[in-house]
Amino acid sequence: MLDATADPGTSPQLGLHQLIAADGAGVVDELLAPFVADVDDEQLLGLLSDMVVIRRIDFEATALQRQGQLALWPPMLGQEASQIGSVRALADDDFIFPTYRENGVAYCRGADLAGIMSTWRGSANTGWDPHEFNMATPQIIIGAQTLHATGYAMGLTMDGKESLAIAYLGDGATSQGDVHESMVFAASFQAPVVFFCQNNHWAISEPVGLQAHVPIAGRAPGYGIPSLRVDGNDVLAVLAATRWAATRARSGGGPSFIEAVTYRMGPHTTADDPTRYRGLTELEEWGAKDPIARLRIFLQSRGKLDADQEAAIEAKADAVAAELRAGCIGTPDPAPMSIFDNVYTSPHAILDRQRDHYERYLASFSGATAANTLVEGTRS
Amino acid sequence: MTTLTLTQAINAGLRKAMEDDPKVVLLGEDIGTLGGVFRVTDGLMKDFGSHRVIDTPLAESAIIGTAVGLAYRGFRPVCEIQFDGFIYPGFDQIVSQVAKLHMRTHGQVRMPLTIRVPFGGGIGSPEHHSESPEAYFVHTSGLRVISVSNPQDAYTMLRQAIASDDPVLFFEPKRRYHAKGEVDLEVDLSRAPSMGAARIVAAGTDVTLVTYGPLVTTALDAAKAAADEGISIEVIDLRSLSPVDYGPLEESVRRTGRLVVTHEASETLGLGAEIVAAITERCFNYLEAAPVRVTGFDIPYPPSKLEKHHLPDLDRMLDGVDRALGRPNSLSGLEG
Repeated sequence: MLDATADPGTSPQLGLHQLIAADGAGVVDELLAPFVADVDDEQLLGLLSDMVVIRRIDFEATALQRQGQLALWPPMLGQEASQIGSVRALADDDFIFPTYRENGVAYCRGADLAGIMSTWRGSANTGWDPHEFNMATPQIIIGAQTLHATGYAMGLTMDGKESLAIAYLGDGATSQGDVHESMVFAASFQAPVVFFCQNNHWAISEPVGLQAHVPIAGRAPGYGIPSLRVDGNDVLAVLAATRWAATRARSGGGPSFIEAVTYRMGPHTTADDPTRYRGLTELEEWGAKDPIARLRIFLQSRGKLDADQEAAIEAKADAVAAELRAGCIGTPDPAPMSIFDNVYTSPHAILDRQRDHYERYLASFSGATAANTLVEGTRS
Repeated sequence: MTTLTLTQAINAGLRKAMEDDPKVVLLGEDIGTLGGVFRVTDGLMKDFGSHRVIDTPLAESAIIGTAVGLAYRGFRPVCEIQFDGFIYPGFDQIVSQVAKLHMRTHGQVRMPLTIRVPFGGGIGSPEHHSESPEAYFVHTSGLRVISVSNPQDAYTMLRQAIASDDPVLFFEPKRRYHAKGEVDLEVDLSRAPSMGAARIVAAGTDVTLVTYGPLVTTALDAAKAAADEGISIEVIDLRSLSPVDYGPLEESVRRTGRLVVTHEASETLGLGAEIVAAITERCFNYLEAAPVRVTGFDIPYPPSKLEKHHLPDLDRMLDGVDRALGRPNSLSGLEG
């Protein structure tokens, strides 16, 4: 009934923009090139360092989940160029609406590592202040954040600001009504919003061909939104594409859509077993398009990456991993009574009564101090 | 009899329903090759084909809405909503269409949908994966709502739900998915207890403890613990949340004179509120104490490190039992 075998990722209808090929060779792209004309070798090294560091974050978090320190982790392995290239194109006052997988983006925004991990440890529903970092909390409801980004962008226009909102989404999300409605609103109100879709080819077990029979980037023009398909494993191309969209947004050009074609090399989350639904051939094929390896070769071939620079990047990744581990393990469990906090901005009689009763209940076990300690005991 | 986990029992129920009726089709996210994130539909796509076990694009509104269209064509769709907290994009279709179409069309159009929802907490999940949204649907006229607590009921009641010409919300206690039990796979649906019937799962004389879904096991544990203190708790598994089968509840409360209702969902306007009101109306002269609710708090589901404080456990149930019995309890000395 459903043809999930069609792979819009290989459709010729929309060209794939690239600046660095999978083998590390430079590619001429007249549309993208002007947007990264200023990027020098030092900045390229910075992008490499970012990608190496967030890959290390990913490995460390996966290890912490295996060790029981995290309840769950959604790996970003393979998607480093998409995350880094996009976030490094943004200004600090551009507002980011991420999915749960943009933990590398959160790191680049300056969010505390232990804070980022607290969501996955089960200690908190968010680990940073959205207003401090201009980045919303990780969105778990698929596609919901695209509407938030659109509304934020409408607000920017109303306030006369030359800034933008960016919504991260995945290929699976493009099936949700919210995403389509957000594109309608974005076009109607010419909102300065960037839809940054990482087509990582899999929505848990469902291949992208089930979500779309045309390249995902091909949908946006139907709403009147210009779009670009970019090699999502080419950090320079992603940087350029995001700058293209950001320039449009800041200059009154309205919304843009970017499809970053990449691949989820790991499981959906640590609770997933991808061997049940996809083969090794595909994994090997995409492994050969690795975002970090290609930038490394690109730099080495130009004589711009030596052993000392490599060692410095590794040392930074080591330090970040150590900080992450210590911060995660050192995060204390939240206080039991905090479950009643922040439900409302001001007192609420019924909830206050429940809080009072639960405080008394906890105290009934072991005296007056019990309210702020974990109670494990049963009386049976 | 066969020993099955709750997931295996649901899987067997789906399989039997599909064998018996070629119009039964399954729709949901990741239910095909993967067999569902909880493996409830494991192997069904392989055996029945992708035209009957349909991996859908990621859109809950479309899962329910297209099931409505399939029902118009005479199909009997079984929708899987991957997690409780993902049902809300489909809420409009359920409330505005599924629940109302039969009445809107003077009974001419039937909506024999079954909407399966893994629900409840206790598995250490992130936000939106541990909710108990059943009251929204109980509040919506035109829907039948049931919740199962054990593998045999899961097998039997799922088949009854699929056979029902009314739409049924079928709530599966995800933290009990691996619980094992004996299942009679040859059960005669016409002779088996109706999916609408409540059941006394532990007889008792001092207090009636009413619950459903994941907390039935906890309530039975509480009854055992209380027995050690000489307190006899009668535990009733509601099974059907809409309609509630009040007969066994009334009969029990007339004997015990005391009622405790417990569920994971929040207190305000939850099942407990409705049951306490109805039993008070029906059994007022038999009640020897104010009925008690032991529920989740009126809060968004907390981070998983704290979920044990939100979820009623054995001790909170027994504290509620003590309140109903007038024994010393955490609220002793407080009025009301």
